[in-house]
Amino acid sequence: MIAVIDYGVGNLFSLRSSLESLGLEAKVTADGADLAAADRIILPGVGAFGDAMAKLTATGLVPVLKEQAEKKPLLGICLGMQLLFEKSYEYGEHAGLGFVPGAVCPLEPDLADKTLKVPQIGWNALQILKDDPLFRYIKSGEYVYYVHSYYGKDCAGSTLAVSDYSIPVTGVVRAGRVYGTQFHPEKSGDTGLRILKAFAEL
Amino acid sequence: MITKRIIPCLDVRTGRVAKGTNFEGIKDVADPVEMARMYNAAGADELVFYDITASYEGRALFTDILKKVASEIFIPLTVGGGINTLEDFDRVLKCGADKVSVNSGALKNPGLIPAAAKRYGNQCVVLSADVKRVDGRFRVFAKGGREDTGRDALEWISQCVENGAGEICLNSIDTDGVRQGFDLEMLDAVAARVNVPIIASGGAGKKEDFLELFGHKGIDAGLAAGIFHQKLLTIRELKEYLNKNGVEMRL
Repeated sequence: MIAVIDYGVGNLFSLRSSLESLGLEAKVTADGADLAAADRIILPGVGAFGDAMAKLTATGLVPVLKEQAEKKPLLGICLGMQLLFEKSYEYGEHAGLGFVPGAVCPLEPDLADKTLKVPQIGWNALQILKDDPLFRYIKSGEYVYYVHSYYGKDCAGSTLAVSDYSIPVTGVVRAGRVYGTQFHPEKSGDTGLRILKAFAEL
Repeated sequence: MITKRIIPCLDVRTGRVAKGTNFEGIKDVADPVEMARMYNAAGADELVFYDITASYEGRALFTDILKKVASEIFIPLTVGGGINTLEDFDRVLKCGADKVSVNSGALKNPGLIPAAAKRYGNQCVVLSADVKRVDGRFRVFAKGGREDTGRDALEWISQCVENGAGEICLNSIDTDGVRQGFDLEMLDAVAARVNVPIIASGGAGKKEDFLELFGHKGIDAGLAAGIFHQKLLTIRELKEYLNKNGVEMRL
C-alpha cells in the first residue's frame, strides 16, 4: 500500500487516480499508523512553503515521517519535494524536513533569460544526470509537467535530473530512500505514470 | 526548454460535446470522455472543458464526466463555464480539475479572483477574457461574448493578473470562427502588459496559423475547438509540423 499524506494541501484526485490506474493500492491518510504500515509514502503539495510546513507539522506526522523515511521509499511531489529540503526562502525563511541538503529559492532572480515567465507552467524535457532505478521506464529527454515559482538550489550532490529553463532547474532529487520531483508525475501523461510505476517497484 | 502547448477545447452541454464533430474511430462522437481519450492519445498538452449547461441536472452530469476523464487521463485539465463562487471552484477541483477558468463570474464579482488565488494558488486561476474591438479599442465582453461591459480589456486583464490570475486565455471575438488566423495584434497588446502565460484562442484555421502565433513573443499556448473536432487538422500532425519548423513541442 502507498500512503499519500493528506495534510490539507492540494488536490489529491489525480494522484490517487494515477496510482489506481497502475493497479496500485493507495490510501490518502493523515494517520501515522498508515504511514508505518505502508510500503511507500508520497508527500504531495501545492501552495506556499511556510503554510504547508505549518499544516504538516500540525498533523503531528513529521517525527513519523522522519522515522519511516529510513525504512521505506518516500516521494515528495512539487511543493512536497521542496519540503524535503533544509530550508526555503519563500516569503521569509522557513525550515523544511531536512532530508535533502540545499535550499528552496525563487526562480525569477536566477533565470539567465529574464523574458521567461514565472511560474514556469508547462511541459519541459527532463535531462537525466545520474541513472537511477526511478528512471527504469523512461528515457532522458521525455517531457514532464511543471508548475512552480521556486526551485531546489545548492543540491548538486542530490540532483538526479534537471530541466532547462535558461538555467538547469532541479527536476528530481534523491537522498537515500527519499526522492522528490519538482514536476507533477500525476499530470505528466504516460511518462509520469512510468515514473510512478518505477517508484512503486523501488 | 519549456514547450509551446496545444490545447483542444470541449464545450459540453448536458453531458455532450456541443460543437459539430466528425471523427472516425470513436464510438460516440459527442461523448466528452471518448473525445478526451482520443485527444490525449493524439498528444494534446492540456484539455479545456467548458460547461455551457444552464440547468442543475446538467451540472451534475458535467461533474460526473469530469471525474471520469480525470480518473483516466493524466494531463492538466482546465474547467470553465458558470464559475461564479468559491464553491464552484471547489466543486470542479474535487472532481479532478487542475485549473479553473473564470470569465463573467469575475466581472460580476471582482473579489472572486483574489479569493480563489488565495485559497488555491495563482496557478489554479485562469482568467478567460472575451475581447472585441469597439471604436478602435479592445473591450471586454461578458455572457459568452454577447454583452459589452464597456471595460478596457488591457486594463481589466492587468488588474486580474495583479489580483492573482495565473494564466490568461484570450479569446478574440473578432477572429473567432473566422479561421483566418489568431488575433496577433490583440495578443501582442496583452503580452506587452502581463508576464503570466497567455493562451491564444479564436481564429485558428490551419497549421501555419499556429507557426505564426508562436513566432510572437509571450504567447505560450494555442487553443482551438472546431478545427480539431472537425478533423481539419490533427493534433499529432500539427505538433510534428511545428516541431519541424523550430517550435519545441512535446511529441
